[in-house]
Amino acid sequence: MARYMLLLHDDPSAGGPLSPDQIQAVIAEYVAWSDKLAANNQLLGGDKLTNEGGRVLKINGGDVVTSDGPYAEAKEVLGGYYAIEAPNYGEAVKIASTCPHLHYGSRIEVREIEELGD
Amino acid sequence: MFRHQAGEITARLVTALGWQHLDLIEDVVQDALEKALRVWPFRGVPEQPSSWLTTVARNAALDRLRRERSWDQRLPQVEAHFARWQADQTVDERFIEELSDDQLRMIFICCHPSLSNAARVCLTLKTVGGFSTAEIGSGLLLREATVAQRIVRAKRRLRQQHIALELPPADQLAQRLDSVLQVIYLMFNEGHTASQGEQLLRLDLCHEAIRLLRLLVNHPLGDQPRAHALLAMMLFHAARFPARTNSVGELVLLADQDRSRWEPALIADGFRSLHQAASGTELSRYHIEAEISACHALAKNIESTDWSRIVICYDRLIALRPSLVLTVNRAAALFHLDGVQAAWESLSTVATEGWDFGYIPFHVVCATLLEELGQTETARRHWARAKDLSQNAASGRYLAEREQHLRAI
Repeated sequence: MARYMLLLHDDPSAGGPLSPDQIQAVIAEYVAWSDKLAANNQLLGGDKLTNEGGRVLKINGGDVVTSDGPYAEAKEVLGGYYAIEAPNYGEAVKIASTCPHLHYGSRIEVREIEELGD
Repeated sequence: MFRHQAGEITARLVTALGWQHLDLIEDVVQDALEKALRVWPFRGVPEQPSSWLTTVARNAALDRLRRERSWDQRLPQVEAHFARWQADQTVDERFIEELSDDQLRMIFICCHPSLSNAARVCLTLKTVGGFSTAEIGSGLLLREATVAQRIVRAKRRLRQQHIALELPPADQLAQRLDSVLQVIYLMFNEGHTASQGEQLLRLDLCHEAIRLLRLLVNHPLGDQPRAHALLAMMLFHAARFPARTNSVGELVLLADQDRSRWEPALIADGFRSLHQAASGTELSRYHIEAEISACHALAKNIESTDWSRIVICYDRLIALRPSLVLTVNRAAALFHLDGVQAAWESLSTVATEGWDFGYIPFHVVCATLLEELGQTETARRHWARAKDLSQNAASGRYLAEREQHLRAI
């Protein structure tokens, strides 16, 4: 088994406000999806990253320089992640392709976590 | 449901912070829901979703109020109020009692007599029901902007008139309750007999009307015979919903409905409410309307329906307040009781006076009776007129078929 990160990209400015019932329906979809993964022991964890306050650090002439988010210009932000377990990359993609985020966010990047190796 | 929770949290915060902060409160409730939308997909739904949402909204409200200096003096009071909630959050009886007081206050203020009926319906659906303006628009067949404007104006009016957020005092209760019942009645009718649009029934509106009325009758203030009567009528109608449209969403008339699809549990609820409505001397129009629906609920089919009792009910309603609607319905009942001649005669006074009313059932009943009397050509004209008037796609198709049918004869 290998571990994979599903990096969920968002466009925070997309879409208007949802009604309470619409919000409930979207949450229910995500929860059904992650419950199914958890039941198959495929879900390792996940978290939301806030949409605000991203700063980028780098060294410039020996000093650490911070600048506004990686997305000061770009519309998209890295909005959150799920960590999953799957036998291979193809299976991980299969799991990611059923994630409701594809309907409500912008895109999902699937990355394998590099293991120490024995 | 989130929608109901939004209404509940709004009601609680309005009680704590005051009606004048309604806009701020609606913002923080929406923000709390959006926070849930962001976080719950990753962290799962908390064990007590409703207290999670309440806490998030409450803290956000406090944060915003702390930033407004004018609130400094009242802040300790508000914080004490909030602390009490915190302690109350295990669901005990007092909590539920307070919540129902909070919600009822909201209903009474949203249905305040100083607002027009249209404004009351929109404001109640938004603030108590937790519907979005877009959802209200599609329910009431109004543009979203129109709904939003009505709500903004209604709020402004209530603010300007400094209408107190309190349960009505005893001497005003009757009038205020009537005003609420009227809104609930309208809401139900709008959902039940959609005059235009694709769907014949917009069940969300009907269910919301029933939910609000249940809240009302379960509170000592709303526990009045006429409120129970209105609930009984709505439950009897709701019981028939599954049979009222066919598999492709077309209208099925009462006579053709498969009565085995009526919901027995709702009918039983209806009779329980009717029983409670009978506890007193009051006889409102809601009582009589409930009695008519009860007659239908009890009958196995059209033939065995107690039409004489229904005609008497219509006579009583007409005596209370005559209207074309009642005359037309009475004629339809009379048709089943005494036959086509009697029914047509009862209609003939109105039918010769005007001939054209923008009221679809008038034309449907005229057409049906004239068909029976063999006056095919006049009947066809009524079907055609009914079809032209109908803005509801489902009943429009039905009426067009009836007209075509007579054209073919």
